[in-house]
Amino acid sequence: MIKTIQKKPSLRRFHQARWDEPIIFELSQPGQRGVLPPQVEEEIQQEVGDVAAKLPASIRRKQPPHLPEMSQIHVLRHFTRLSQENLGVDLNIDVGQGTCTMKYSPKVNDQLARSPKLTELHPLQDESTVQGILEIMYRLEEFLKEISGMDRFTLQPGAGSAAIYTNVAMIRAYHTQRGENEQRNEVITTIFSHPSNAACAKTAGYKIITLYPDENGYPDLEALKVAVTERTAALLITNPEDTGIFNPNIAEFVRVVHDAGGLCVYDQANANGILGITRAREAGFDFCHFNLHKTFSTPHGCGGPASGASGVTAELAPFLPVPTVEFDGQRYYLDYNRPLSIGKIRPFYGVAQNILKAYAWIMSLGADGLSEVAKIAVLNNNYLMKKVLEIQGASAPYAEGKRRIEQVRYSWEQLARDTGIHSEEIGYRVADFGAHYWTSHHPFIVPEPMTLEPTESYSKADLDEYAAILKHIAAEAYTDPEVVHTAPHRSTVHRIQQESFDDPDSWAITWRAYQKKI
Amino acid sequence: MKKDKKIIYPYIPNSVPEVKEAMLKEVGAASIEEFYADIPDSIRLKRKLNLPAPLLSEHSLVRHVEKLLAKNTATHEKLNFLGAGCYQHHVPAVCDEINSRSEFLTAYAGEPYEDHGRFQALFEYESMMGELLEMDVVNVPTYDGFQAAASALRMANRITGRGKVLLASPISVDKYSKFNDYLKPHITINKVPFLPKRGEKDLKSLASMLSNEIAAVYFENPSYLGMIETQGEEIASLAHQSGALVVVSVDPISLGVLNPPARYGADIVCGDLQTLGIHMLYGGGQGGFIATQDEPRFVMEYPSRLFGVAATIEEGEYGFGDVAYERTSFAKREEGKEWVGTAAALWGITAGVYLALMGPAGMVELGEGIMQRTRYAMGQIASLPDVYLPFETAYHFQEFVVNFDQTEKTVKEINQALLKHDIFGGYDLSEDFPELGQSALFCVTEVHTKQDIDHLVSALKEVLA
Repeated sequence: MIKTIQKKPSLRRFHQARWDEPIIFELSQPGQRGVLPPQVEEEIQQEVGDVAAKLPASIRRKQPPHLPEMSQIHVLRHFTRLSQENLGVDLNIDVGQGTCTMKYSPKVNDQLARSPKLTELHPLQDESTVQGILEIMYRLEEFLKEISGMDRFTLQPGAGSAAIYTNVAMIRAYHTQRGENEQRNEVITTIFSHPSNAACAKTAGYKIITLYPDENGYPDLEALKVAVTERTAALLITNPEDTGIFNPNIAEFVRVVHDAGGLCVYDQANANGILGITRAREAGFDFCHFNLHKTFSTPHGCGGPASGASGVTAELAPFLPVPTVEFDGQRYYLDYNRPLSIGKIRPFYGVAQNILKAYAWIMSLGADGLSEVAKIAVLNNNYLMKKVLEIQGASAPYAEGKRRIEQVRYSWEQLARDTGIHSEEIGYRVADFGAHYWTSHHPFIVPEPMTLEPTESYSKADLDEYAAILKHIAAEAYTDPEVVHTAPHRSTVHRIQQESFDDPDSWAITWRAYQKKI
Repeated sequence: MKKDKKIIYPYIPNSVPEVKEAMLKEVGAASIEEFYADIPDSIRLKRKLNLPAPLLSEHSLVRHVEKLLAKNTATHEKLNFLGAGCYQHHVPAVCDEINSRSEFLTAYAGEPYEDHGRFQALFEYESMMGELLEMDVVNVPTYDGFQAAASALRMANRITGRGKVLLASPISVDKYSKFNDYLKPHITINKVPFLPKRGEKDLKSLASMLSNEIAAVYFENPSYLGMIETQGEEIASLAHQSGALVVVSVDPISLGVLNPPARYGADIVCGDLQTLGIHMLYGGGQGGFIATQDEPRFVMEYPSRLFGVAATIEEGEYGFGDVAYERTSFAKREEGKEWVGTAAALWGITAGVYLALMGPAGMVELGEGIMQRTRYAMGQIASLPDVYLPFETAYHFQEFVVNFDQTEKTVKEINQALLKHDIFGGYDLSEDFPELGQSALFCVTEVHTKQDIDHLVSALKEVLA
């Protein structure tokens, strides 16, 4: 007879891996080798001699670089251990990074993208030899056109912010062509639009006007009307915003800006909850952008490579970066003959492996599947909101009693007032239970913020578990705040001494800098 | 599958109808439609999206995508001599092993407590690049080498308060296009003419173009056309005399044999990481780095994240975090430096793995071998009748220009003919550099054997006959 195994505790007794792994230079063993480069054949050596030795002294490296010397297994083991000291979507209930749509990235798509038919493809090969990848790019553009209602897309930007910048560069080109670039030097955005909308427009030379929400948390139409003038180049607006609130007046926002001669850009970073429900086209936008690594499931890779897609109406299409991918009925080709183009945003044509993964993901779901993605993501979000709002000290400022779309920006203001525990500390404690947590972008307009976005990838049980972690920590804050104050307790490391990161005498961005400063 | 049967999507756990119902009940909603109450009817899509029928089984998806991929012919199936910004080098298996680890591949913006691993791996990447470059500050990667160079020039503009940059080496038309867009608001670009015969800068014309308006002198080493710049010290000295900064873009894989630019006076070094253990991926393998010395006037102008090491409250532990976070757009929106966002972190981790595997000896041997193969290929090709290497006397790393004007064939024709010999010939420069006539940029790396090079030469001979 087998012994009955008692049910495990309600929360995981997680402990993050703690390998106490040295810095890689401390693992160096003089003379060891990790990989050997191919030998140069004797005949070549005899023919040309030691070519590098003939370099002028000014350009010849005198000492080999001080890289670590390690055998292969030690390199592998070191980085494998570091990987274990990391959580990803595959390991944790990754709902804690709201705005970033941390959904499941199907393994089959990663596997397909590892085909040597893609990895070993040089971007300058003859077009006849790259018809497969060009077809995938062309077809993904067709999908995105349908999903957004826009007329053309570029897949060149390397990530979402690069796509925002691409749109801004096209706005500048459009107004320049009309002779209005000098006059139209302002870009309007909202405080709950992603910070890159403001930052990219500023980078392109625009003055930024940021609108704050009305008392209910909705983007303020009256404030927009005051801000829009003959100096307005464009409105850059995220919808639904990072609060999870959909702007019901979005079409009116567009009309007000268009009436003043400005252009409108729809930041669709938060599109996951509205796929197949509402589109940039119907709301009247001139541009939009998607993050393929968010809505369309390509993995985030610790912060890239990602992929951005910028969409435009036919009127703006001449300004798209070169090249575009075209199809003449028989073959796919790259079109550089676009005289009004803003030119290049990045080398070559985009992050091809992510383009392939996004294409495969859409192909695996179809129209009904995408609609299911949106609806379940929204259901999950509203379900999690109910669970979180039952927790003492938590609230969801704005739009009281209303539903949210894809995410919610919560507030622990009450909890902080009652217990002295801040949102960031809750995050440190969440790590003890094997999950990730994030506050929000700055500035903290919502006090003591937390932004959760459950996407469609997590089950009811997953959401219950995440809510239970938060509930447990909130209870600790009220009854035993010290345990939260001193978190994390089961992490790879203990609380980091942050002060040094802002002090030039003690910050150390490389090991060589650290060694000079100790 | 019957038409009326509800599809349960493997990627959507709560697509099970009973679960959906239970959750709706729990939140007190009659239907999912209730959640969309804020979306007015006037902007609703009133029809189904027009997309192809889904490939619901994993097997049918694999069949479909593999069929598309089969239409590609990749470099492993041919003999490839294309470079021009994307390079075929050997990718060690351990690089792929580490960047395929799902803990790294599927993570994102974790904090140092649940994602200590990515902070340490990226700090180590910065540190190993720092050794290769002999610089104390290296960023968490930006998108690609174009972005790195463009940001480096904008950093120079902010540091010096000056509004002009001089480009002192031939650069790719695509990178020039990027500069033209990205530098527009604050910076004007001037090119220093170079002497096409030997590919060396005309130092006199550089000197005459320098003034107290110049923020930076930018050059590449090796240049886009493969020549090694041997006058770095002279250029840097002239630039510094007029108060300009020196920005050098470098291929990091050359630095086992070539002096790091800091040694000849570079203030900001930048480039692309793709050569360091990353597949070509049809251009999807690019990643950008920026490096400087550790002075606040440089550090405070980086747009990127900079991961630093610090103590924790526990003796003997390394902790990591963001250095000078307040300079970023994450902290300050439009008041930050340019912007920061998701870029190419996984390629940073991969490049770190590559440098650790190669070690000092590997980087030296690799660089020496590439220079030997390049010189050998140049010599063999130069011996062909009617073929001419315009910069033959210059030092080269990995790439070189071959001119075909005397053959009465265009590069396009030659490359089409080479393709029939299963060879991807050099990149056709005739449109981008008309002054070079019918020229192509050939690339030779450690992946090429003597036999490969000899095969190219005999195919060329046949094609040109």
